[in-house]
Amino acid sequence: MMELIWLIPLIPLLGFIINGLGQYNFSKFVVGLVGCGAVLGSFLLSCILFLQVFQARSAGEDGTTVFHLFEWISVGGFDLSFSFLLDPLSALMLLIVTGIGFLIHLYSYSYMYEDESFGRFFSYLNLFIFFMLLLVLGSNYLIMFIGWEGVGLCSYLLIGFWYKNSSYASAAKKAFVMNRIGDLGFLIAVFAIIATFGTLEYADVFAQASQFPIGDATLLLITLLLFIAATGKSAQIPLFTWLPDAMAGPTPVSALIHAATMVTAGIYMIIRSNILFTLSPLTMQIIAGIGVATALIAAFIAVTQNDIKKVLAYSTVSQLGYMFLGLGVGAFTGAFFHVMTHAFFKALLFLGAGSVIHAMHHEQDMRKMGGLKKHLPVTYVTMLLGTIAIAGIPPLSGFFSKDEILAFTFESSPFLWGLGFVGALFTAFYMFRMLFLTFFGKFRGTHEQEHHLHESPAQMTIPLIILAILSVLGGIINIPSALGGGHWLANFLSPIFAYSNSRVPEVHLDHNTEYVLMAVSAVAAIVMAVLAYHKYVKKADVPQADGVAQGTLYKLSYNKFYVDELYNALFVKPLNALSKVFYKVVDKSAIDGVVHGVADFISASGRGIRQLQSGYVGFYIFMIVLGVAAIMLYGLLNI
Amino acid sequence: MGDIIQNIQGIPLNHYLIFCSVIFAIGVVGVLIRRNVIIIMMSIELMLNSVNLLLAAFSAYYGDASGQVFVFFVMALAAAEVAVGLAIVIMVYRNTKSVDIESLSKLRW
Repeated sequence: MMELIWLIPLIPLLGFIINGLGQYNFSKFVVGLVGCGAVLGSFLLSCILFLQVFQARSAGEDGTTVFHLFEWISVGGFDLSFSFLLDPLSALMLLIVTGIGFLIHLYSYSYMYEDESFGRFFSYLNLFIFFMLLLVLGSNYLIMFIGWEGVGLCSYLLIGFWYKNSSYASAAKKAFVMNRIGDLGFLIAVFAIIATFGTLEYADVFAQASQFPIGDATLLLITLLLFIAATGKSAQIPLFTWLPDAMAGPTPVSALIHAATMVTAGIYMIIRSNILFTLSPLTMQIIAGIGVATALIAAFIAVTQNDIKKVLAYSTVSQLGYMFLGLGVGAFTGAFFHVMTHAFFKALLFLGAGSVIHAMHHEQDMRKMGGLKKHLPVTYVTMLLGTIAIAGIPPLSGFFSKDEILAFTFESSPFLWGLGFVGALFTAFYMFRMLFLTFFGKFRGTHEQEHHLHESPAQMTIPLIILAILSVLGGIINIPSALGGGHWLANFLSPIFAYSNSRVPEVHLDHNTEYVLMAVSAVAAIVMAVLAYHKYVKKADVPQADGVAQGTLYKLSYNKFYVDELYNALFVKPLNALSKVFYKVVDKSAIDGVVHGVADFISASGRGIRQLQSGYVGFYIFMIVLGVAAIMLYGLLNI
Repeated sequence: MGDIIQNIQGIPLNHYLIFCSVIFAIGVVGVLIRRNVIIIMMSIELMLNSVNLLLAAFSAYYGDASGQVFVFFVMALAAAEVAVGLAIVIMVYRNTKSVDIESLSKLRW
């Protein structure tokens, strides 16, 4: 059974090919069947593999297997094979990608049913799943890089899915260009790894790296480059501005790519390479700093956004910041725990938002919603659960994962914990603000919209319900020992961190500290929720229309810290000016000058030389005689 | 055969060279200045034959038969050339009622 691992990425690839070639001929039912069926097939296979890894781990083995598929590159002493790695980490990622992927495929069938490019949408989604599985399954950095580039491409294709709208198309371009900056870091890191270790296989690289001293300069360089790659893919400062714009894509895409799976690739990569990062304390500090800064700034921006998807997008950036904060303080398990729970509740929230948008006929502005509770009961209940989960109110999943990260942070630096805590307050506030503005109060849209309000069909509500259950129960997998839990996830993943734990002692949290931290953050989250309830339900405060004078802080948040404007002034405009210079001076003058010059020279000399072709035979013969005489003269002189 | 060679060798080689050069030059000048196609062809014959003569003379002086072989080749070539050339001249005459080479100046830029 294990030998069939290559089928897992292959099935979605086949789905992509079939749907891609037949998108104009197949009926929507066939397209949906192929698209969803391919991912379901992968999911079932992943479940089988996961069970085997699970059994191996239960039996005390490390559950790690490398499947060698074929020899790929063999140059001199450098060998690279195309092989897959199955271990606890990749097995869990397989489940997340294919499981949530399948639910979102199912949801898309209904959500995208009216779209004219239905087949194209499903073929792109399947292609994305294929690349994401490559990224997760690869046993060396190059295969991960293929997946890394591939998911970037699919993200571009899906953000720009409605490419006829030029602002959507430029959002896709922005995402692609920003990802490229990170990808360049990944590529250079790959070269540096080859130069340092002579191999790209994880097992060999990590075994060699574990012999390096702490703070080694080469490792510092490699980890910094890998972190740059992660900031691009996982939308961290300074490369985070693409993710909110990526909301131009269809909502299921936002749920799958820009919340649950692709944006966590950077975190997956760092967890995978944990030994390299553990040995570079400086990089870890930078990661923690960037992570907490991103978490705070994005949460601060999310508080004033009025577009329901924009709120969720900034919330995603902020949550990704928490994951990086966790990585930076060495809580690798905590970060991965948050990846999982975040995948559940953020996919749920996005799909719920999609259901609202669907019911509102593509209206995304929360100022025009309100009172949807009675029209969309299933969506309301599931989104309420998702909101409670993300806000960190016990006993839902988000509480456990966020708390584990914050507890580790407190152990490492109370200052960072303070910043993270403030971010968590914002999180609770803006999420409940979104919920109250959307579902409570009076309906603020047009009569026509109110008339058409309807609950979404079963294909859309079933994924919502499943994800809501996961969001509620997801915390069970890693209940801390302070609450009598078994730290199942940490134990399950421990082989991944064997090298790191052998070099750096594991952090053991004091139970009393942990109780205090939990109590503080749980109470704070509830207080923020009540505050939001008071402001948006009791007072029925609706955000003002654009252009109304506001305070400085509000304006700063509403305009997203002017980061886009800053980047525009710093990079886009100078680059445009530079390319204008190149266009006018280098291209128009120099290159065109040479090209036109050659042509002009040829035609001018032709105009002169053609005079010789007079048509008089006597003249030709005279020239022949002259030529022969010249040759003979030359011969004579050279004897 | 020996007599002929001795007779040829009786005249210094320089004389042959000068004589042939003169005839060749006459041929060249004929080609260049005459406008009648027939006369131009005759001038070409003159050039070819001057070279033939020189080849035969060198062959005799150095006792190497390959020069004479060349002479035969040149003769065969000259015969073929005249056959084709005269045919062209006849066609030209039919079309232009003239054998003036200047009448064939249509092929120009």
